[in-house]
Amino acid sequence: MRGAAKACSGRGLLNNQSQITALSIHAAAIRRGGRVLFQGLDLALAAGEACALTGANGSGKTSLLRAVAGLVRLEAGEISFGGVDPAEARGDGLHLVGHADGLKAARTAREELTFWTRWCGGRTATVAAAAEALDLTALLDLEVRRLSAGQRRRVALARLLAAPRPLWLLDEPLSPLDARWREGFAVLMTRHLDDGGMILAAVHDPLPIAAKSLDIAG
Amino acid sequence: MSRLAALLARETALAWGRGGGPLVAVGFYAGVATLLPLAIGPEPERLAAIAPGAAWVALALASLLSLERLFERDYEDGALDLLSLSSAPLELICFIKCLGQWLATGAPLALAAPVAAIALGARPELAPLIFATALLGGVAFAFTGGIGAALSLGARRGGLLTAVIVLPLFVPPVIFGGGALDAFAGGLPWRSGFALLGAYAAMAVALGPLAMAAACRNALS
Repeated sequence: MRGAAKACSGRGLLNNQSQITALSIHAAAIRRGGRVLFQGLDLALAAGEACALTGANGSGKTSLLRAVAGLVRLEAGEISFGGVDPAEARGDGLHLVGHADGLKAARTAREELTFWTRWCGGRTATVAAAAEALDLTALLDLEVRRLSAGQRRRVALARLLAAPRPLWLLDEPLSPLDARWREGFAVLMTRHLDDGGMILAAVHDPLPIAAKSLDIAG
Repeated sequence: MSRLAALLARETALAWGRGGGPLVAVGFYAGVATLLPLAIGPEPERLAAIAPGAAWVALALASLLSLERLFERDYEDGALDLLSLSSAPLELICFIKCLGQWLATGAPLALAAPVAAIALGARPELAPLIFATALLGGVAFAFTGGIGAALSLGARRGGLLTAVIVLPLFVPPVIFGGGALDAFAGGLPWRSGFALLGAYAAMAVALGPLAMAAACRNALS
């Protein structure tokens, strides 16, 4: 697996135009359904750093990730991407992998991975290497409906490698993965951080990599 | 540009399979067109008189069929999040989704429309105009229908809601398209009805995506 992961390395992660090298969240508050989930939340992330978001169910971890991605509006506070225009940073600087993986059950893993890679500005040529890094090569021609939850998640995660972007927003990335792949994905995350990437992950179990942690009070 | 081409290819492929795609739409269309003479009576003169209009009503109903899933599936499985996360404007994404919907169901229905109308007793020389109005009307149906599909995002039984929202928007193209056909059949000037149909379709293409994008943003946030 480590050998396979190498196939994707050395591609120069941050050579696309929108070089996000920092993420900072200042005094953020989010209100959902009339209830303030959290307020006064601060977080600073520099290139090469990861942060594990923890907190009880419903405390707003997913909402915070979606706010960073620009899908949810902050009630107060601001999110900046180290001087890069937020629209640009969100458009080509970050990946969001959540529970809903955007994969269509009736299409093959290859079609879906190729589409999302192209949609995220990656080249089709990188798809095979990314699939190999996540040990998906044998599964690519299966329809997504025939994959297990863990395999689906790996197809979703393969996008992170196939279309390199600096900031990964991961919503419980490890939950459907087995022990082997928790370890395998840790290797890929470490590699991403070594390349100067950033990871913000909502988790219940500790992240298997060196990471800051931020607890969202419920 | 290549990513938009990839999106169009994907949307067309998905619309082709969505709710049975063109086969079901055309089958439904044929079903409605066969029911009409059973209800109205078999006299050829009477059927021939209503054939173009009946073909249009059936077209509007068949266009409704797969609309409900246009945004809903992407909304449920997270694809809409990922699509709206890109640097491409959401309006453009909505435009492409509707274009895919039209290619996969509107265009095949436009091919079926003259066949159904002639089977009901319309004169064969009407066929090219029926095809042209159905093609243009399909554009209007897809782009106004998208508004209803986007507005009903997140609602339970969204398909029914979509139909209720969308049917009033389907009225003008039915009037203009059916009117143009009636006028042509009666030897009257038909170009104004056809032009109005085109104007309505152009308006739907121009304004529909704005409304859809706003509705999607609202549903996502």
